[in-house]
Amino acid sequence: MLYINCPHCGMRSQNEFSYGGDASVKRPELNKEVSDQEWDSFVYNRKSLRGKHLELWQHISGCRQWIKVERDTATHEIFRTFKADEEVA
Amino acid sequence: MQKYSIFNLVKNAFSNHQNWDLAWKDPTPKEEYDVVIIGGGGHGLATAYYLAKEHNITKVAIIEKGWIGGGNVGRNTTIIRSNYMHDENGLFSEFGMDLWRKMSQDLNYNVMFSPRGIINLAHSDAQMNAYARRGNSMRLNGIDAVLLNREQVKEIIPMADFSDNVRFPIFGGLMQPSAGTARHDAVAWGYARQADSMGVDIIQNCEVIGFDVSAGKINGIRTSRGNIKAKKVGLCVAGSTNILAEKLNMTLPIETHLLQACVSEPIKPVLDNVVTFGAGHFYVSQSDKGEMVMGGDLDGYNSYAQRGNLPTLQHVLTEGIAMMPFLSKLKMLRTWGGIMDMSMDGSPIIDKTHIEGLYLNCGWCYGGFKATPASGWTFAHTIAQDRVHELNAGYSLNRFSTGHLIDEKGLGTKTWIS
Repeated sequence: MLYINCPHCGMRSQNEFSYGGDASVKRPELNKEVSDQEWDSFVYNRKSLRGKHLELWQHISGCRQWIKVERDTATHEIFRTFKADEEVA
Repeated sequence: MQKYSIFNLVKNAFSNHQNWDLAWKDPTPKEEYDVVIIGGGGHGLATAYYLAKEHNITKVAIIEKGWIGGGNVGRNTTIIRSNYMHDENGLFSEFGMDLWRKMSQDLNYNVMFSPRGIINLAHSDAQMNAYARRGNSMRLNGIDAVLLNREQVKEIIPMADFSDNVRFPIFGGLMQPSAGTARHDAVAWGYARQADSMGVDIIQNCEVIGFDVSAGKINGIRTSRGNIKAKKVGLCVAGSTNILAEKLNMTLPIETHLLQACVSEPIKPVLDNVVTFGAGHFYVSQSDKGEMVMGGDLDGYNSYAQRGNLPTLQHVLTEGIAMMPFLSKLKMLRTWGGIMDMSMDGSPIIDKTHIEGLYLNCGWCYGGFKATPASGWTFAHTIAQDRVHELNAGYSLNRFSTGHLIDEKGLGTKTWIS
């Protein structure tokens, strides 16, 4: 069982959360010419890191906020959690 | 190579089975090979076998970080089927079914292929319509499919829940009678033994740490046991694909996810077929030892851990008990996890890459085991001829940028959408 520290609600079990994938992926900017290659990368291509991975989760059975979680994909250890709009150093 | 036969069995009985040849050797890596296959799982071993058998390329090495057959070919639920709607998947898998049927003879190794049939249960009229459509598509591609009504399903699996007050009543099902199961380890060992006998070097405990690429062409690999030159390199590493892709500066439409399976204590024969629950993701069959073999959804987040968490297992088994209530009386014997190369459309990739001499085989999602022979056969063709075979033409790497996705069920990485 993973325990995720929601920045809004505190420590909760993974049952309350839904996974949202790699949080480092950036959507191409609006009002700008976007090549097929850029869209392809944004929609489909992922690094899928082994080790520290910054990812999105939604506290779907709690505050329903999207949050960022820094988690190790090899050990499942969770290091830090952030609000969705927080910059991660 | 020593043939496995009743006569050799009797002959060796006189020496207490102490003098059998080793099934495969343990060679030290040579300096150079025509083809290096990275990954000694089912697909890698099958690829090496078909390179030697179909294309007469025997200066081949299989490089395996651990031991052969220790990854997903040793961790799956052994289901073999070709009940796909899309032409690409249907024709590819049905070609594989033919190889499965001949495999024990072909490899001189009993892979215990058991065509016991698979039944996908339907729990609504809409689902029956969808299954009728898929069944028709299958039959157009020469694959056997039978649409069963509720009574027919009840005759085959009376132990499923046919009571009136259930949340997901059984309306019927789609059956592929020729589908089945096989002994997964035997598949890996059978391919390894034959490949080895034809001159393929199976190199275990050898980790790939880098690639030697110059001017857009592969020249070899760097491993924990030294550098190996190679004209062609094939990647067959399932859940570790992204780790090697990173060393090649490639970003792929693949995420590595965790998938669990489990077996119950052994019980007397109760279930003849493979059965899947239609209102979720759960499947079950009974092994020759009597264990109920069960599996279902991904854990749902990126993982390389090869071990799962309980919430997903609980979710999956809840579905199982909804489908067959007697499962709740059984004790769990073992659970385990493997890491899947989940592609973004749920279909695999067998293709050339932008690097000359580098070939990619990945994205097998939930269905890698049954694809083992067809994957090996087509990957061997792609490597040997330096062009894709028509069977794997649809499994291209660039289909994501051109929009030619093969979204059979929409079962890619994004389980949170389903």
